[in-house]
Amino acid sequence: MGIKTVAIYSDADVNSLHVRLADEAVNVGPPPTSKSYLSIPNIIGAIQQTGAQAVHPGYGFLSENSHFVHALDAAGVTFIGPNEKAMAAMGDKIQSKIIAKEAKVSTIPGFNGVVEDADHAVRIANEIGYPVMVKASAGGGGKGMRIAWNDKEVKEAFKISSSEALSSFGDNRLLVEKFIEHPRHIEIQLIGDQHGNVIYLPERECSIQRRNQKVIEEAPSVHLDAATRKAMGEQAVTLAKNVGYYSAGTCEFLVDPKRNFYFLEMNTRLQVEHPITEYITGLDLVEQMIRVAAGQKLAFQQSDIKINGWAFESRVYAEDPEKYLPSIGRLNKYIEPAIPPSGSVRCDSGIVEGSEISIYYDPLICKLCTHGPTRDAAIKEMQHALDTYVIKGVTHNIPLLRDVISHPRFQSGKISTGFLPEEYPAGFKGHALTEQTRRELLAVAGYVYARRDLRNRSWSVGGGSLSTGARPPTSWKLHVATGADGAFHDVTVTKKGESFVVNCDGTDVSIAADWALESPLIRACLTAEGVDSSVVVQYLDPLPLGFRLQHYGTKFDVQVRTEKQFELSKFIKEKEKIDLTRMILSPMPGSVVSIAVKADDVVAEGSELAVVEAMKMQNVIRAPRAGKIKKVYVQAGASVAGDEVMIEFFDEAAGKN
Amino acid sequence: MIDAKRADAMLGGGPKRIDAQHAKGKLTARERIDLLLDAGSFNEYDAFVEHRCHDFGMADSKITGDGVVTGYGTINGRLVYVFSQDFTAFGGSLSKTHAQKICKIMDQALLVGAPVIGLNDSGGARIQEGVDSLGGYADIFQKNVLASGVIPQISLIMGPCAGGAVYSPALTDFTFMVRDTSYLFVTGPDVVKAVTNEQVTQEELGGAGPHTTKSGVAHLAFENDIEALARLREFVDFLPLSNRHPVPERSTDDSPTRKDAALDVLVPTDSTKAYDIKDVITRIVDDGNFFEVMPDFAKNIVVGFARLDGQTVSVIANQPLVSSGVLDINASVKAARWVRFCDAFNIPLLTFVDVPGFLPGTAQEHGGIIRNGAKLLYAYAEATVPKITVITRKAYGGAYDVMSSKHLRGDMNYSWPTGEIAVMGAKGAVEIIFRHVKDKTQAEADYVEKFANPLPAAQRGFLDDVIMPSQTRSRIIQDLKMLRSKTLKNPAKKHGNIPL
Repeated sequence: MGIKTVAIYSDADVNSLHVRLADEAVNVGPPPTSKSYLSIPNIIGAIQQTGAQAVHPGYGFLSENSHFVHALDAAGVTFIGPNEKAMAAMGDKIQSKIIAKEAKVSTIPGFNGVVEDADHAVRIANEIGYPVMVKASAGGGGKGMRIAWNDKEVKEAFKISSSEALSSFGDNRLLVEKFIEHPRHIEIQLIGDQHGNVIYLPERECSIQRRNQKVIEEAPSVHLDAATRKAMGEQAVTLAKNVGYYSAGTCEFLVDPKRNFYFLEMNTRLQVEHPITEYITGLDLVEQMIRVAAGQKLAFQQSDIKINGWAFESRVYAEDPEKYLPSIGRLNKYIEPAIPPSGSVRCDSGIVEGSEISIYYDPLICKLCTHGPTRDAAIKEMQHALDTYVIKGVTHNIPLLRDVISHPRFQSGKISTGFLPEEYPAGFKGHALTEQTRRELLAVAGYVYARRDLRNRSWSVGGGSLSTGARPPTSWKLHVATGADGAFHDVTVTKKGESFVVNCDGTDVSIAADWALESPLIRACLTAEGVDSSVVVQYLDPLPLGFRLQHYGTKFDVQVRTEKQFELSKFIKEKEKIDLTRMILSPMPGSVVSIAVKADDVVAEGSELAVVEAMKMQNVIRAPRAGKIKKVYVQAGASVAGDEVMIEFFDEAAGKN
Repeated sequence: MIDAKRADAMLGGGPKRIDAQHAKGKLTARERIDLLLDAGSFNEYDAFVEHRCHDFGMADSKITGDGVVTGYGTINGRLVYVFSQDFTAFGGSLSKTHAQKICKIMDQALLVGAPVIGLNDSGGARIQEGVDSLGGYADIFQKNVLASGVIPQISLIMGPCAGGAVYSPALTDFTFMVRDTSYLFVTGPDVVKAVTNEQVTQEELGGAGPHTTKSGVAHLAFENDIEALARLREFVDFLPLSNRHPVPERSTDDSPTRKDAALDVLVPTDSTKAYDIKDVITRIVDDGNFFEVMPDFAKNIVVGFARLDGQTVSVIANQPLVSSGVLDINASVKAARWVRFCDAFNIPLLTFVDVPGFLPGTAQEHGGIIRNGAKLLYAYAEATVPKITVITRKAYGGAYDVMSSKHLRGDMNYSWPTGEIAVMGAKGAVEIIFRHVKDKTQAEADYVEKFANPLPAAQRGFLDDVIMPSQTRSRIIQDLKMLRSKTLKNPAKKHGNIPL
């Protein structure tokens, strides 16, 4: 659009991508958000310093803060978003529901007041229709919440919930509302101008959630028909018009299996998942927001909006997908999926190789979006994009994303907000190899071993007399284990010209691959039993006897043994994991800058315990193992001698005895 | 007859003792050779040798091969000599003939120029032979010393190694150990108890743990026999066959001109913040493959092998992550011995410098940091191999001189833009120069401006260039090619006098 941009950044983001991309960049303070990205005075300062005329707030931090809009108005700077009044009205969750009800928007049926007693609860339940949810009016976190399917259950629920509510929140008041079974989270994107025009765009479905956070989104939804889409869109438009809303905004709904829909709340900002709407509408929402903020009229009408194909977004997080714990560290290797000429892959990230994922901000690495003419095509595109996305140095959730996107239930479109807990009741444990994915993994492992072995003998200088003229091997008999179960499979590799045939447990797989040795991406074409398939497997690290590969998004410690190694391994004793020292000693004389833990804290391996400064250098002391802290012997500011005990862990082994 | 004897030799101490060896989680001498060498490449010497001792009933007790298997074979196609002590035969004890077998392959290795690898698993001297056995040890020691610097010598301790026997591994270039099944000590726990009343287990006294972290006697420790031998193959791949063979080179898919933008932001702008120098090393060398040696001893300095455009290089680097990368006694000795090995075998030295100086304090001074620090200085100054140095951040004081500086005949000396070459940090320097000035803020700022950058050193020619970190790989690879024809000789002498 030819508009010059100014990026703002905190000390932690000096080297960030957005800083490099913008025409100018201004530091707005130290890493903690309250002192930088959430500091209205600092940001106004940056605006005045650069003479910026308008501010786009993105989709976090101050984007839904009406005080910020007010401050900008006062400073005579345009806010690229809704006006202060509409933002404030819709920003309040309770008030927005009242407004919605007044605008005849479908909301979750319920009793608007406090339930008096159990009989009253039964009467209300019968009015609403079963099932109902009895919940604490002060509630949250599932406490004091009960689902009831008949009168008897309502009475019980009333009793239990009110006592739970009293003990948890000190307030035993209860609400009763309709319980939506198998709900889907579907939302309507709106765009309006300052001239009273509001248009709804096709819906997005965001049912794949973990702990109420969206993981995978798609547009449109398999669940909606044209009539429902129109009804939801029109209600959302009415609501927006009622409060004089303009710019981009989103109305979130719950939709039940019968396509009844219920308004939840409105987000008065651009949303993280907006790219998928852009993909299927061809609109650039940020551009539209800027045009609207500049007072322009929307250049299109409701009838111009069509749905073009299907789009997905995967939120790639720096977090352990098994425990949903954020992970920090340096991105030692970071390669984004290639963008095809058609533009069917979009990778919105703010980081580059070498970037540090810090403790200060959201662990979102990237919003990975794909687009295709059909849902299946967009899914295939996403699978390939995830397979070719290389992230090393932090734990990430690609294993989960890859598994969900390939899950038969997800592919069939029969999803709800309960998808993750229902499909992974014991938590996600990584891709469980199928006969086919195991064979692919074994074949690639055999290929990798053979290529590396040939390289190991490729002496151009210094090979000595015996290596000169020696014929390289053309076949390898191996035993390969793919991970946790430790079972070894017979794998025989034979080199045939430039390609290889790998016999895995008796089945021949011919493999032609494109792999620059030791590089992360192995693109392989496999043929087994007359069926061709192509896979991308990632080569992550060499191991003492094998290597770590990533297949189907999940990492596998692949153990490769030669015939001899395999035969003799039966004599090797399995060792117990050694209990790393319980005492944390000061590595050198110095002064303690900070202590990050206290007694009874439970820490993960590698987490920061303390910082000791010596010779004007800060040394971070990290936990050599996971465990619980027994005692902290030193305080910040204290001097320590070399090898002085600083922190002691509990002896878990002794505790068990 | 011959076939029967050969079959005997294959069995060593017999099936019972082999089972006992396996029960300990240990492999036999021949199994180990099978794992170490390329399949089918082993050619044995002296399988029929038997001891000639007649005392104490030994005349009736003979085991074909006499407790050690010797021969030559290949590792990834390259020649190596190997001896593997057989604990199943007389507990692997060293007799005169056992020693002769080892000496024979060492002589042969010296003649043709190939590494000698010893797989040690021996109860010690063959006591029945008395002084003959002791003489056998001494013969091996003498050969170890003569071979030192001519052919690489590697010891992998895979069982007990005690008493005089420890000195052969100690004389070799590298000593590796297997965790939980190998021990090295001059006197065992029983003698220790008797003499000093100190109670200590074998593992605590001389296991892989203490020797790789405290004593520095062992260079690497591995989990078990199979892993140890696999990793040893990898290690040997880096070594020249002898001091008259060229440094090995094999193919690589890693581009010699690869630029690495992430390196440009790796060194923290705040010079008091630490970073992992191994991140720097792995980003520059081929395939991110860095074979670190002595990773758990004197961690404030990092040494190991890597490859650049396929050719072996030796990496020495201060580690800012541990004690700020300061040079102390252990770090100096570790690096000095490493540098001398590489110089002896013509392996180019690539040094990364981020060093705040030598560690102060009575422990260090009284421990002899002066004579020990001098070892590293001596080693670098004496080295005639190609020497390339990259200052990534601090190069302070005497430590700047020591770490392969231009003044010590560095061939190419670079600094990154973050380099600071000064006598000491700005704060300390100002404390001395402006002792009587109250407000030292301005003076400190001036000192920072003058010395907290690489320009003053570059203007004097002490640095050949200031380069962007992202271009380090391609520059060094060019330089190494340019330096292939380097010839430099020290003055003729019997030998120098390194401050031991």
